[in-house]
Amino acid sequence: MTDRAKLAINAFKEQIDGAVSAYFSSCVHCGLCAHACLFFNETGDPRYTPIHKLEPLRRVWWSEYTLFGKLASLIGLAPKVTDKLLADWQELTYNACSLCGRCSMVCPVGNDIAGMIRKQREGMVAAGYSPEGLQGASTRAVKIGSPMGVTWKAVSAQIGHVENDTGLAIPVDRQGADYMVLMSSMEIMNYPEYLEAVARIFNAADVSWTLSSEAFEATNSGIQIGSADIARELVSRVVNAAEKLGVKTVISPECGHAYTALRWEGPNLIGRPYKFKARHILEVLDDLRAAGKLKTEGFEDERMTFHDPCQLVRRGGVLEQPRRLVRMVVKDFVDMPDAGKMNWCCGAGGGVSAIEEAAELKLTAFNAKKRQLEAVKPEKLITACANCRIQLEEGLEENNMDIPVVGLTELLAEHLVETEKAEG
Amino acid sequence: MTSDAFLDLVRGPLFQIALFIFLAGVLVRLVEILVLGRKTDFAEPRADGTGAGLRSVFSRSVPEAGTFKRSAFTILAGYVFHIGLFVALVFLAPHIALVRDTFGFGWPNLPTPLVDFATVAAIAALVAILVNRLRDPVLKFLTTFEDYLAWAVTFLPLLTGYMAFHHLLIRYEGMLALHILSVELLLVVFPFSKLMHTFTLFLARWYTGSAFGRKGVQS
Repeated sequence: MTDRAKLAINAFKEQIDGAVSAYFSSCVHCGLCAHACLFFNETGDPRYTPIHKLEPLRRVWWSEYTLFGKLASLIGLAPKVTDKLLADWQELTYNACSLCGRCSMVCPVGNDIAGMIRKQREGMVAAGYSPEGLQGASTRAVKIGSPMGVTWKAVSAQIGHVENDTGLAIPVDRQGADYMVLMSSMEIMNYPEYLEAVARIFNAADVSWTLSSEAFEATNSGIQIGSADIARELVSRVVNAAEKLGVKTVISPECGHAYTALRWEGPNLIGRPYKFKARHILEVLDDLRAAGKLKTEGFEDERMTFHDPCQLVRRGGVLEQPRRLVRMVVKDFVDMPDAGKMNWCCGAGGGVSAIEEAAELKLTAFNAKKRQLEAVKPEKLITACANCRIQLEEGLEENNMDIPVVGLTELLAEHLVETEKAEG
Repeated sequence: MTSDAFLDLVRGPLFQIALFIFLAGVLVRLVEILVLGRKTDFAEPRADGTGAGLRSVFSRSVPEAGTFKRSAFTILAGYVFHIGLFVALVFLAPHIALVRDTFGFGWPNLPTPLVDFATVAAIAALVAILVNRLRDPVLKFLTTFEDYLAWAVTFLPLLTGYMAFHHLLIRYEGMLALHILSVELLLVVFPFSKLMHTFTLFLARWYTGSAFGRKGVQS
């Protein structure tokens, strides 16, 4: 066995718990997960059957954590985890899985297959079998502070623009603020509308908030590449900044995996609960709505639908909030078939968007979304994840579908009632 | 060996050995899972995980609508087989009599025609499942030797049981002996194969259901 394979095996062993063991013990190869997976459905390639993507992890489980497997490996009969196996499975573990978790919802024996892919990535990255695109993003995230290489300077510049455009002051490093706002690289680079929308909504609602110059980046490449060490380092920056400022709540931006990273994985990465709450921007906006602090006027006159980002809905539990918010400003709202908990992934989540070799596959995977859209024929598409948004825009363009995509926060800001802001 | 002597052998020592392997094996497998446990989840829960976990233990038996549409055959054949097997195993009069002789208690049996129907349905479903496994591109791709083994050791007790009950092909005592032998084969293979899902699926559903439930997702 090579050193690389050994690294993978050791990392796999750290990931195998009672749940993984129960999952592998229970799989009867029924194949239902294949039909839940957009990569299988859109390509018809059986290799993309979700449970099959887990062969490396399964082998380690069987040979190390079952009596029969242990006996078999003693006499050399257990199938081994080799460099070849890991190299062959890199594509299946990364390019062909957006960690969307549809498979985990349909498995009749209850296996969280997507959760296991996330675990398998720990071993793949430990042994160096991870895509270059994600390696680069992770390195930039650790060294520069953002996977796209965005620095505080760029954020500062954007703050300046927003302040000029709105006449509002963007609070930075404000001690004791109620909310600390994070952004994704994508929002800093491509969608400055987000920060402006948040600033205007929070100003109108008279919310105490701040940005942190020490932690502005919510994107967590460590979660995508599957390295707990990198993920921990990145989430720690946010935790340290938030606890230093003494904020009550940290807000994850319109980004799916950033929410998973901050809300669900973060506390386990640092090994303790936070001293603050972690919420998605849509949860915060929905709370403001319920408290009567988010007031909108007028309605969109177009037919609109909402794309649920997987990490928000299926993997995150943010299901009703976006719909309640959308209905504030959209009369002709229609849900796509399978919307909500069983929504189809955009095709580029879980780091797939950062993998160059997956460029073609992710556009093939987009066909699932295309069919959903064709079923309801919206004039505009709303979402709440900048990464989904990029993929949706690319996929729509590729398919010559003329449907603009808009972020929900930004859409709400367009209808914001701002009369009270002068006194704020 | 006469069929009576053979029957004594499979009913006596062989059955005891098979039962021991089954019980010890299942126990070991379950302990292997449970000792691994699961790490504490430090994330602030959105909702209660316990209720959701218990709910998932049952709700995963009912497919989500879209999945049913896409995989109707697998799901329907699966239901017919599992229900048929359960009825044959638990409600056939001789099976209950065996339990009563061994443990001193029993329960009412179902009428023979009903058990018969369930058995034939289970056998037919298993055959259909096998044919589907050989034809469907995904299943063909996924299937390993273990899948065929699990299929065979489940199929044989159903078939021999049906034949013994109806005195088909060979003398009753001989067929009954073959039936018991096939059950012993099933018992021995069980703990070392995916037949373990009979027990572990409840753990799997619980782990997933409770973890998802903490996030506010009913699964």
